[in-house]
Amino acid sequence: MQSHFLVLLVAIPLIAAPVCVLIKSRALVWALVSVVSGICFLLSVKLLILVSTSETALTYAIGFWDAPVGIQYRLDMVAAIVAFIVSLIAFIVALYSRVSLKDEIKAEKIPLFYSAYLLCLTGLLGITVTGDAFNLFVFMEISSLASYALISMGKNRAALISSFRYLIMGTIGATFLLIGIGLMYAHTGTLNMTDLAQRLPALLGKQSVQVSLAFIVIGLAIKSALFPVHIWLPGAYTHAPISVSAFLAGTATKVSIYALIRFLFTVFDQTYAVSKAHLGPAFIILAVVAMLFGSILALKQDNLKRMLAYSSIAQIGYLFLGIGLFSVSGLSATITHIFNHAIIKTTLFLVLGCMIYKLGHAQLSQLNGIGKRMPWTTAAFVIAGLSLIGVPLTAGFTSKWALVSATLEQEYLILTALIMFTSLLAIVYIWRVVEAAYFKEHETKTTTVKEAPLALLIPLWMLVILNIYFGIDTTINIEFARQAADSLFGS
Amino acid sequence: MNPVILLSIILLTPVACAVLVLVFSRFANIRDAISLISAIVLFTAVCLLFPFAYSNSIELKLFNLFPEIAFKFRVESLGMLFATLASLLWIINTIYSIGYMRGNNEKHQTRFYLCFAIAISSTMGLSMSGNLLTLFIFYEILTLSTYPLVTHKGTMAAAKSGRVYLGVLLGSSIAFFLFAIIWTWSITKTLEFTPGGIFSKDVDPAALSILLLLYVFGIGKAAIMPMHRWLPAAMVAPTPVSALLHAVAVVKAGVFSITKIVIYIFSPGLLVKIPTTELVIYIAGFTIIIASWIAFKQTNLKRMLAYSTISQLSYIIMAAMLATPFAIIAAALHIVAHAFGKITLFFAAGSIYTASRKTELNQLNGIGKIMPWTMVAFTIGGLSMIGLPPLAGFISKWYLLMGAINVQSWFVLAVIIISTLLNAGYFLPIIYSAFFKSPPAGETEIKEAPLPIVIALVCTAGLTLIFFFFPTVFTTLTQSLKGIL
Amino acid sequence: MKILGLFNYWMVILLMLVGLYMVIASSNLVKKIVGLNLFQASVFILYISLGKILGGTAPIFLKNAPDTVYSNPLPHVLILTAIVVGVAMTSLGLALIIRIRKAYGTIEEDEILEIENKQQ
Repeated sequence: MQSHFLVLLVAIPLIAAPVCVLIKSRALVWALVSVVSGICFLLSVKLLILVSTSETALTYAIGFWDAPVGIQYRLDMVAAIVAFIVSLIAFIVALYSRVSLKDEIKAEKIPLFYSAYLLCLTGLLGITVTGDAFNLFVFMEISSLASYALISMGKNRAALISSFRYLIMGTIGATFLLIGIGLMYAHTGTLNMTDLAQRLPALLGKQSVQVSLAFIVIGLAIKSALFPVHIWLPGAYTHAPISVSAFLAGTATKVSIYALIRFLFTVFDQTYAVSKAHLGPAFIILAVVAMLFGSILALKQDNLKRMLAYSSIAQIGYLFLGIGLFSVSGLSATITHIFNHAIIKTTLFLVLGCMIYKLGHAQLSQLNGIGKRMPWTTAAFVIAGLSLIGVPLTAGFTSKWALVSATLEQEYLILTALIMFTSLLAIVYIWRVVEAAYFKEHETKTTTVKEAPLALLIPLWMLVILNIYFGIDTTINIEFARQAADSLFGS
Repeated sequence: MNPVILLSIILLTPVACAVLVLVFSRFANIRDAISLISAIVLFTAVCLLFPFAYSNSIELKLFNLFPEIAFKFRVESLGMLFATLASLLWIINTIYSIGYMRGNNEKHQTRFYLCFAIAISSTMGLSMSGNLLTLFIFYEILTLSTYPLVTHKGTMAAAKSGRVYLGVLLGSSIAFFLFAIIWTWSITKTLEFTPGGIFSKDVDPAALSILLLLYVFGIGKAAIMPMHRWLPAAMVAPTPVSALLHAVAVVKAGVFSITKIVIYIFSPGLLVKIPTTELVIYIAGFTIIIASWIAFKQTNLKRMLAYSTISQLSYIIMAAMLATPFAIIAAALHIVAHAFGKITLFFAAGSIYTASRKTELNQLNGIGKIMPWTMVAFTIGGLSMIGLPPLAGFISKWYLLMGAINVQSWFVLAVIIISTLLNAGYFLPIIYSAFFKSPPAGETEIKEAPLPIVIALVCTAGLTLIFFFFPTVFTTLTQSLKGIL
Repeated sequence: MKILGLFNYWMVILLMLVGLYMVIASSNLVKKIVGLNLFQASVFILYISLGKILGGTAPIFLKNAPDTVYSNPLPHVLILTAIVVGVAMTSLGLALIIRIRKAYGTIEEDEILEIENKQQ
């Protein structure tokens, strides 16, 4: 049975997705989605334990066709970590979505929404488990198409145009990836990643192989919203239904970065990527610009969803910075931060969800005095905000620690200083909200507002507690991440 | 009793207090009693642990925060000194708070006692921490837990001050302190507090120079200029909070951290070889003079005291940077001496405010006749700040002078002399006008402050005196530091 | 000769550029989708060209002719999947355009931007 876990992780949500459409009852479809994502979560926990105890990666041959002929699923440490965090976020957001969707989406569309939600989850989990380059593309498109649909369900009509923009950018990115994979195939005759890794080193001199790397990197950079190809992200996160923003912010860009790590470190030789392709400096420069640009724009936003979206762009900068260092500690810092940032950003978006549910908006200028009306919601924001800033005993601190030690290891003092500077900016944009919430006098409009219902608060606080838990128990986000980076470099 | 159990009691008592305060938030009397009892329990436990401090071997390791860095505690002399100080003053401060908060009908008293207890628990954790990371964690918790205290009034003005408070403390700690810690880690691969320091001889002095500056400026709580802005800003807080900030915990946590880092991370022997040590001494010296001068010009009592604190803190930094055995002892002793003196002064300021709503210096004429207990205590505190015998301030200043003469640092001597004159210049006129000028007419209804406030005042003033006559309690601890040096 | 031999690939590049240009330059949303389709079609041709082997026949296994040269069927299969993805993308994009048209009354991107800016 255990050997099938790997494929079940993808198959269960895939099968459940069309079933959703057939169910009319909102409560029932929600229950199904919660159970399915819950099962995925348990599977991913089990898989993470299995991977951490076994010496080699877990593999599964689809239809018993062995690699490299058949499609192989392959789960190593980094994949297990990403699968774990994706299914965790999916599970918690699913729990949260029942109440929060009520106001945002028409009742008859809810089964469709959940169907797309599960497809998106299928795609994201598929990307993590697959060991086949083309299969990765297919899963990426499954998740992307589903997420375009999810975003377009936003209440505001701007959701449509944001979704359309994302569709254009996303498709260009995915097609670039497709070109890259095709060119690799043309030279090697294989699509299996392990197989590719063995055959590519001899062919690195060929121009079209080099071009394929370029296409893949740019395609995935678009998907993961690296500056300057981030332009789809703020609109998409701002106008999507809040559950979708929370889910995508935690998972979609992270999984794309995971795919990039896969290609750079498993498929291609990382020494090639650094010494010949000079990706290191390129990533670092773009990352730094993203960090500054995202944080500064986040300062100016009144719409908190948009503020978090810009903050995400800055955080994606951190992720690319870690990759750009091309060292074991840099890569492990990226993996750590993928994990932590997923938790942090999802928590923050869920907080906004509570506010939107009660107030109908999340405009900073109209949140005055909300701290007294919605104490639990605001407290959750404070804790998650501190985690984003990187205060000790929160998950965010471990990221900061890992990233800063990675930059110091190579004596990039300026980078370290920049990381510190952008965390100062994070203090500013988080604290603007805290001050408005606790110190400004509330206006008459908000006086009748009460705390959000428990159905929203419980999933939210589950994540808040995880924010602290993973700041104390760093087994997964530091130790496992380190092991993952070690094995990526070793291969 | 088993010292490790004692250590756990010390760390957990304030936490338990916080929880119980929350549980009994509806019952003001029980809540306040809990705070007081916890304070006494804590102090007793600290006293019982006292004999074990010399051995420097009591350790409590909880879990690994990062693969090679544990979250751990270790009892040693300097930490013991700080813990004793903080727990003793917590008792007195609680008594005072009860009087003050009730006397002024402050709102959100539960939040106040809750945050106070958390602040004390982080102070205990900080003083007992076994490595730099643990220290940093408690340092940050202390900042965050005191933020609601500083902004207690909940007004926009309080929020603005809170912004400065949090901005400077959190900002400097994340931008510089954390930077320095991670850098240290990447150089040495250890963060343990080790007698003799953790840097090997072949570490680049340029790196050490920058590191030292990062530590000194990153520990914003020590309020060396230009990191001092938060202290005057925090004056919006109620008086017990000011006492907490200035005497019990916050600023003391700052200078304590610097001293601890000097002794156990750099080691004094290495410190004198770092080029920027001299620079830090100069900056500290200028901070002393400039802050004293600003204090001299103040018209508001609490602001004056705030600037006085800034200058007194830099004494400690300067002493630590001199790094001779005498100077280090001076630093340790001055942490205690200044705490006793300054808490007395703040209690007196709060007492005056509670009784008469007066905050400005020129309103204090003749107040000594109406509030004799308060003003006598104020006088003792003020004279101790100047450094006159027979008061606490004299002892630490004596050691500092000895330390400065040892290394023939004339700059330090000059700074001490000038600042002493300035101190006298702003304390003596107040004392004079309080006792010898006649009060303005029509203020007959002003009486001495409520009893708990007076009790607390007398206690701390008494401590300032006792410290002079029986300094052995603390000096034995600091003498054992000498062994480490 | 070489240039002519690589004719397919030249066409791929041309189509790709034309497609991308349309996506970027045209303000009309439908034209953008058309451009995106062109762009994808170029990749399809790329894959199909990869599978072609000179003199190769359809990949149907013949028992009595072991020396037959077959075209590589795998890229064709792959691209079938990619075409399906492309169709899904197109239909979703067109569906969005219909909704956008209903919501904004226009499918010109600059006009929509203007409406959005006015709102804010």
